[in-house]
Amino acid sequence: METLAMHISNGIINGPVAAVFAALALAALTFCVLRGRRDLDDRLAPMAGLVAAFIFAVQMLNFPIFTAGVSGHLLGGALAAMLVGPWVGALCVAVVLIVQALIFGDGGVAMLGLNITNMALLGTAAAYLLIALLLRVLPRTPAGLAVTAFVAAMVSVVVASQGFVAQYWLGGTTDLGGNLAGLAGTMAGVHLLIGIGEGLITATTVLTVAKVRPDLVYALRSLRTPTTPAVPVAGGVR
Amino acid sequence: MKNRTWAFLAGGLLVALLLAGVVSNYASSHPDGLDSSLLKGCTVDADDNIVGGSCPAQQARDHELADSPLADYGVRGVENSFVSTGLSGVLGVLVTFAIGAGGFWLLRRRGAAPTDGDAPTTAEGDDVTSADDRRHAGANG
Repeated sequence: METLAMHISNGIINGPVAAVFAALALAALTFCVLRGRRDLDDRLAPMAGLVAAFIFAVQMLNFPIFTAGVSGHLLGGALAAMLVGPWVGALCVAVVLIVQALIFGDGGVAMLGLNITNMALLGTAAAYLLIALLLRVLPRTPAGLAVTAFVAAMVSVVVASQGFVAQYWLGGTTDLGGNLAGLAGTMAGVHLLIGIGEGLITATTVLTVAKVRPDLVYALRSLRTPTTPAVPVAGGVR
Repeated sequence: MKNRTWAFLAGGLLVALLLAGVVSNYASSHPDGLDSSLLKGCTVDADDNIVGGSCPAQQARDHELADSPLADYGVRGVENSFVSTGLSGVLGVLVTFAIGAGGFWLLRRRGAAPTDGDAPTTAEGDDVTSADDRRHAGANG
């Protein structure tokens, strides 16, 4: 029986811990909406929709990672952070996870808060911190951009995998006999390899967009150009 | 929005539809990093079904919406697995785009200075210029 589940299934983490993370994720996503609105203009909104749709598509493409019988797939946090910024980017990944849980039966609905916390919040946050750092220190060349995307993507996947380990420590439903470190090591090792794939996909995609429409790459706009004076925005000038 | 931007969006969407609609059928069907880590301690057969041992994955329970017509990235009722997977991918991309773009469009801040080049100011400026030109043309003629 071939199943295509890719995210935390029901029963893996206990109900109370899942509920706490659901509340946490909801609060964090609300904050992302508030902060993301500052970035969302007439141009970024449809672009963010495209980023979400693209992440959905690429998440379906499990790739082999050259260890027996294991595959990996894009998580997308770094790609989203690079193209539409950290706040809107986290929302993009969350939209994908919600669609997958509610329509495709992938990732338990009760586990949605856990999955969102790992992939949409932790993954995107880790990626953006690295992007902000690396774009400032690396040369302003396509190579610099590619290295930034690759490293941010790779690290973000490992960070997201350790988010799951922390959740399992809090509410895992199987007694690992004190061998949480074993799970942490297995998850980190596998996701380091998956991170290479994530890095390659992210770097390729970002470079392609940067070549065609550099103005549509959020990270290039906000982190490389001299900061333009913030527009004194207040809703409703029109 | 500029035509250029619409073209980019259409192109990007087309790539996503091809990836989810066609390439998805060539994806690896092995368990991913998370699932394989949770299978550690169990022995599995060639189809990755648990045949023995003890591991966290054994605690997994059914999905609340396992009966969804698109559950497990297939369209229920479509026998051909290539078509079933591809169609579910296409629907997923369209639904995700609709929810994402629609939601973000509703959330966007309005009235901010557009940075797109089709700003209302430019349009007005053009109008003023052309009106001036017409007036000059009229005066001269």
